[in-house]
Amino acid sequence: MIRLVDVCKEYNNGTKAIKGLNLKIEDGEFAFLVGPSGSGKSTIIKLLTAEEFATQGRVMVNGYNLNTIKHWQIPKMRRTLGVIFQDFRLIDKKTVWGNLEFAMRIIGATNREMNKRIPYVLDLVGLSDKANVRPTEMSGGEQQRVAIARALVNNPQMIIADEPTGNLDPQRSLEIMTLLERINSMGTTMLVVTHERELVNRFSKRVVTIQNGELISDEQGGYYKL
Amino acid sequence: MKRRRLNLGYFISEGFHSIFSHGLMSFAAVCMIVACLIIMGSFALLAANADKMMSQLESENVFYAYIDESYTDEQIAALEKQVKSIDNVASVDFVSREEAKQEYLDGQTNELYVNMPDEVFRDRLVIHVYDLEKFAQTVDQVSALEGVADHRAEQDLTDAFITVRNVATAVAGILIAILAAISLFIIANTVRLAAFARREEIAIMKMCGASDGFIRWPFVIEGILLGLVGAVVAFFIQWGIYAGVYEAVMSSSASTIIIPVTFGSIWYWVLGIFALAGILIGMCGSGFAIRRFLRV
Ligand SMILES: Nc1ncnc2c1ncn2[C@@H]1O[C@H](COP(=O)(O)OP(=O)(O)OP(=O)(O)O)[C@@H](O)[C@H]1O
Ligand SMILES: [Mg+2]
Repeated sequence: MIRLVDVCKEYNNGTKAIKGLNLKIEDGEFAFLVGPSGSGKSTIIKLLTAEEFATQGRVMVNGYNLNTIKHWQIPKMRRTLGVIFQDFRLIDKKTVWGNLEFAMRIIGATNREMNKRIPYVLDLVGLSDKANVRPTEMSGGEQQRVAIARALVNNPQMIIADEPTGNLDPQRSLEIMTLLERINSMGTTMLVVTHERELVNRFSKRVVTIQNGELISDEQGGYYKL
Repeated sequence: MKRRRLNLGYFISEGFHSIFSHGLMSFAAVCMIVACLIIMGSFALLAANADKMMSQLESENVFYAYIDESYTDEQIAALEKQVKSIDNVASVDFVSREEAKQEYLDGQTNELYVNMPDEVFRDRLVIHVYDLEKFAQTVDQVSALEGVADHRAEQDLTDAFITVRNVATAVAGILIAILAAISLFIIANTVRLAAFARREEIAIMKMCGASDGFIRWPFVIEGILLGLVGAVVAFFIQWGIYAGVYEAVMSSSASTIIIPVTFGSIWYWVLGIFALAGILIGMCGSGFAIRRFLRV
């Protein structure tokens, strides 16, 4: 669940990245967030993960009010989110299994829970046979699927993906997006940032378009505007 | 809410791993801690010895009045009476130069001392007092008497030991502050280096919802380990130094007035304080270093 009410974000250097944005995303929804480069998409993601804070307006994520959240509550809030980036952000010296184990260890999972959960998510992303491989020995598409598995492994309410297909060819991109759609159909809220017009238009999903830090359209089953 | 699992094994193995991946920096950090602790320890041991000597002297309440060489036995007897009549004097004993020499020699085996000429020793009155508070006053009264050539009040020694203790404490305080600051700085930099090398991992941890504590622990343990290693190394070096000084003091003439504390009777204090100081420096240094990496 996401609520942005009259949100403004001005960076310390004076850049006004978000200018009075209103956005509601309900539990279980799938939404694309599109817009040209520099329009403020990544800034919105950072506001949602409490990496940055709004200079004006209210931000709510999965029941946490990020305007008033205490520092020690931020980790708790982040555990309700799975985040995926264009550059995967895997730990290269750890195997696929090691990466997932690492994510679970952080939230204090037991070995039993790990041994049960990790094979399940690896199967979900289609990497059951790659558990002992290191990210450096994998293709981009495979690495992104590891990142998706890691985002999923702690069973978050919502997954936020910032250009998850930015480094992939069209075929891999389609596979990843299909995987995200499947995960969404199992109940996880999905917010996907992208500027791949073709891809967005292939899926009949909600499309939120922003430009210059402002919302310019928000349509269910919509197409990439601009 | 999921059940919490203690990740102690993880923290410790990460801490160890980190130390060895920055070997040179870790080595420098340990060396600084060792230097800091040894200087601290040396002054503390000096102060402890001065303290011991002082309380020993105080418990004796005694001083010597040396008698004019030309005095006859009768004159000495008269002087003894005079001294005895002073209020604060508890007892007076005459010790001839031969007796004094014998007493001195009893504690000596060295040739050099055995062959000391008689002239070095003098006839004396050994005077015990009741009230240590009036010690100086009593010494003055006795030395004002005709026939008392000189005195050796242990008060002077007591004063000397007080000075030694105070100076040692002050110098130690300043040096410890400076060295502790340098040690802290070096440990902080070692840990900062470790944290910097793993900044991407830290970013991933934050993204996955790791608490500050979870991220901090491996680095704090790294700092504590560095501090502990430094403490143990410093302990053994300190032991060596102290044993050397002890030997030197005992085999010199200084041993007539100074009997140092043996290391065996205080080693656990030294080790305990070193370990505590090492852990504290390590903890503070790493805690300080990691703060910047925890922001968001
Ligand atoms: N840390 C920062 N400090 C200052 N300005 C920033 C910072 N991050 C982003 N900006 C600015 O804010 C604006 C929005 O940036 P943002 O990264 O949100 O765009 P974006 O929509 O994600 O673009 P892209 O599609 O290229 O990733 C840009 O003008 C950018 O220069
Ligand atoms: Mg971006």
